[in-house]
Amino acid sequence: MNLTLKVWRQKNAKEAGNLMTYPVKDISEDMSFLEMFDVLNEQLISKGDEPIAFDHDCREGICGMCSMFINGRPHGPKEGITTCQLHMRSFKDGDTIVVEPWRSKAFPVVKDLVVDRSSFDRIIAAGGFISVNAGNAQDANNIPIPKPDADKAFEAAACIGCGACVATCKNSSAMLFVSAKVSQLALLPQGKIEATARVQEMVAQMDKEGFGNCSNTGACEIECPKGISLENIARMNREFFVANLTE
Amino acid sequence: MSKLDSKIPEGTLEEKWMKFRSTVPLVNPSNKRSIEIVIVGSGLAGASAASTLAELGYKVKCFCFQDSPRRAHSIAAQGGINAAKNYQNDGDSTFRLFYDTVKGGDYRSREANVYRLAEVSSNIIDQCVAQGVPLAREYGGLLSNRSFGGTQVQRTFYAAGQTGQQLLLGAYSALERQIGLGNVTMYSRHEMLEVVTIEGKARGIIARDLISGKLERHFGHAVLICSGGYGNVFYLSTNAMGSNATAAWKAHKQGAFFGNPCFTQIHPTCIPVSGDHQSKLTLMSESLRNDGRIWVPKKKDDTRKAVDIPEEERDYYLERRYPAFGNLVPRDVASRAAKERCDAGYGVGKSKMAVFLDFAAAFERYGKQQVLVLGIDNPSAAEIRKHGMDVVKEKYGNLFDMYKQITGENPYEMPMRIYPAVHYTMGGLWVDYNLMTTVPGLYALGEANFSDHGANRLGASALMQGLADGYFVIPYTIGSYLSNEIRVKPISTDSEPFVAAEKRVQETINKLFAIKGKHSVDHFHKKLGKIMWDKCGMARNEKGLTEAISEIRALREEFWKDVRVTGDANEFNPELEKAGRVADFLELGELMCMDALQRKESCGGHFREESQTEDGEAKRDDDKFAFVAAWEYKNQGSFELHKEELVFDIVHPTQRSYK
Amino acid sequence: MSNNSHPFLKSSLGRKLLMGITGLFLITFLIVHCGVNACIFFNDGGVKFNAAAEFMGTNIFIRAMEFVLFGGIILHIFQALLLTLKNNKSRPVKYTMTSGNSNSKWYSRWMGLLGTLILMFLIIHLRHFWVETRFTGLEQPSLFLEMKATFSQLWVVLVYCAGMFSLSYHLLHGFASSFQTLGWNHPKYTPIVKMTGFVFSIVVPLIFALMPISMYAGWIK
Repeated sequence: MNLTLKVWRQKNAKEAGNLMTYPVKDISEDMSFLEMFDVLNEQLISKGDEPIAFDHDCREGICGMCSMFINGRPHGPKEGITTCQLHMRSFKDGDTIVVEPWRSKAFPVVKDLVVDRSSFDRIIAAGGFISVNAGNAQDANNIPIPKPDADKAFEAAACIGCGACVATCKNSSAMLFVSAKVSQLALLPQGKIEATARVQEMVAQMDKEGFGNCSNTGACEIECPKGISLENIARMNREFFVANLTE
Repeated sequence: MSKLDSKIPEGTLEEKWMKFRSTVPLVNPSNKRSIEIVIVGSGLAGASAASTLAELGYKVKCFCFQDSPRRAHSIAAQGGINAAKNYQNDGDSTFRLFYDTVKGGDYRSREANVYRLAEVSSNIIDQCVAQGVPLAREYGGLLSNRSFGGTQVQRTFYAAGQTGQQLLLGAYSALERQIGLGNVTMYSRHEMLEVVTIEGKARGIIARDLISGKLERHFGHAVLICSGGYGNVFYLSTNAMGSNATAAWKAHKQGAFFGNPCFTQIHPTCIPVSGDHQSKLTLMSESLRNDGRIWVPKKKDDTRKAVDIPEEERDYYLERRYPAFGNLVPRDVASRAAKERCDAGYGVGKSKMAVFLDFAAAFERYGKQQVLVLGIDNPSAAEIRKHGMDVVKEKYGNLFDMYKQITGENPYEMPMRIYPAVHYTMGGLWVDYNLMTTVPGLYALGEANFSDHGANRLGASALMQGLADGYFVIPYTIGSYLSNEIRVKPISTDSEPFVAAEKRVQETINKLFAIKGKHSVDHFHKKLGKIMWDKCGMARNEKGLTEAISEIRALREEFWKDVRVTGDANEFNPELEKAGRVADFLELGELMCMDALQRKESCGGHFREESQTEDGEAKRDDDKFAFVAAWEYKNQGSFELHKEELVFDIVHPTQRSYK
Repeated sequence: MSNNSHPFLKSSLGRKLLMGITGLFLITFLIVHCGVNACIFFNDGGVKFNAAAEFMGTNIFIRAMEFVLFGGIILHIFQALLLTLKNNKSRPVKYTMTSGNSNSKWYSRWMGLLGTLILMFLIIHLRHFWVETRFTGLEQPSLFLEMKATFSQLWVVLVYCAGMFSLSYHLLHGFASSFQTLGWNHPKYTPIVKMTGFVFSIVVPLIFALMPISMYAGWIK
């Protein structure tokens, strides 16, 4: 199939960017979206132009590195997948596809479609952990955990930190990301010990990074490639209020 | 006299590690504060080492090329992590895990290292659970186990099909905690491009800030390489696009010997290549072989649809060749058998390089059980199939969805097509019992070292090794080196060795830009991958390997004359990153072929066609090849082989048989 | 870990909590207001309605609550402004193409606009009735007659209908959303909250809208 791509090009964080139009020909429907970009980049290199920079690594939907805003949606038109899992059979011959980077104050553009998501790391560093040094742990089976709680914690922990929630949120809120980690740890007895301080620290860091506020539109839940539930946001709200009432 | 001293402690197998831990020199807490450690890589090994060493009080600098330490490719491991907990009361023990691992590695690993691995395996599970890693549980609230990779005990802990992700995020959270406390400085989007050695000891690295393009000098009293494996030599593999051998290779060129480079693991159940555009291969969990039957048509070039081929015209070749193990033979055996059928012209699909993995029998078997359970009388065949499908969906639904997503085919209606793909490299930097390479102060952990898996890695053992090295081995073993380094003040990065190392890196970069050739980096990478896959892949022979070596040399020469690297050095430039990595692969690939050529035996993942039994099975030669091949870098294209003899005091090598 | 530098009410979640609480409070006010006004549907020439209005206008507790109510409205608006300002700042460069409808309801994304429309309606509404009853004095002898006079003008009826339309959509998102913000999300009860919210958001604005409509149409004598 033949397609027209409109791709955001931006030299670096300081310079302004703009959308550039590129035709691509003879695209196989078995290609992944990123492989289509590989083809385009080969074309650009052979003409001596600079290829389009984009983030990608595992190409199997788990590392969370790929991050394209395709035709107005993070990771493209299909739900439950990342950009690297999107295949060209989801498009039609002759389509025009607009590709932009994640846009948020907290995710500044590095180059073209590459953004800086280190704000997520700083939120985790603020409290997204259980303070236990290696070697201190008791036997794993000394902490029985009800299976439903363990399953829920796992579902929250499935977050890959790609940032699609922020990218799609009309307010660029990071609530889904932060609440997934808060929930995972709050659901487990090991995590309850620090729960109060954790949620306060993580929310404080989230606010500091410049993310917007949650207005419960639910877009994040729909676009999350791992189906992280809004229930986590409610749980974080609860945890946060209780933490502030008790301390 | 061999240059290799494995430093295995004295004593019986059971005593070695305990004695070592009790007698290893310690570093006083106040001295730890002034000792700096550089860690390259933030996967299971790197993140766990960084957090643990920081917890002990060392000053740690951790580097990763991704935008966050959480992205390291450990995250993609699906199946699970082994530990000799014996929670299932089925007779597991440290010894049994040790025994299985040595045997599974086809008797090419070090007994003492593997025993230590088995010993600390339990601590890993404890540590991860304490960190909040949500491992699967039973209804009683205790941890669940499954059997994996054909072992007879249930010792694999898991978190659905995302065990690697959960364990990595656990290690990542521990790392971020130390970053938050200021004990670790994290350098994301940084790539290590050189090891700095001073007076024969590793004293730091040169790293490139991938965003600004600036070269940076970083001092460390010790340097830990935790950069993973080199499967991407083959271009197509289940590794991440960015996975590379550069850190390990630079270490090698600075004096670290490379151990068993030819030992690569080819995983049998991957989604086949669909065309020239293919950029990577996707693994489908090995667990599929528990219920799927593998077959090809009995007729060559059969173009009929799978469902139209009658039962008697199908060749269930694994069941035919290995009646005892059938579809559950180990990875290396299953992979070679698939290649054999496809090479003989029986492959399926457009490319003819695939075999069927069929669940029709499972649909029926489970369906029949299910209609009994549900009390359905006189069920129709379609009803049975539907209920069977529901059971299969429950077990493997996510894998079936993944297959459909990638291929566009519905595996509930037609069999999956699978083909082997490069998955893991058992080889890596040679290390002693302390995980130190042949360069003092330079360590290698996780997949980057060669140590524990011999010639073949068992399922669910990679995660175990990465975390064992980082959480429980290096914190002790590094003390034996650093306790002698406490008087060494941080060395100025303006000193001559740092300046010279940076200059070497800068010259390579300049050279790459100066070529201004015609072909992209990927062009060369694909060519290298094809040579490696065809001649140093699942089956190897003297002729092919000899050809491969000269072809790789020619390709390398062509690369340095004709590669085109676009953009500038002082900016974010993925093409430059790739170019540097492929340049290293072009050297490593040659060494892999040389190693495969010298090892005139078949063992584990390494199959030499000259060394097989009459019925085509791998044949080891313990008299001549019970050693670790450790290669010393001389200059480009020239390596010296050193041998570390392997002594088996406990587990006596036998020929593996799955008939 | 210390969080002294981040006081609760200045945090994003604290502000959201205030939005949710004031929102729910305004919802309870709507119930009372709707109940009182629905007295006109007795169609008794405004006898019951006037009695109810008399009670509401003279009861000391109700009068006190009026201040709380205005406080609630102001707080709701003030927080909304602060939140919106922050939200706008959090994405300095906008997308050229978005596809909001594929993952959320339009009214959940336009709460600010709907709220502004409601505020505009509210100003008109207060001018019509509240200012008159409390300060300037009614032109008509009773509130009921005042209503009839006001709702005899077509434009007023249309403005009220538009106001109720905005209110309906504002509630359609806001009702369930406030529960979520307060941390109320439960597999068993959230569907009930959502259903109640849905019915409430349709029924209450509809009853309100029927008042001007039925008076204009002359159904209420």
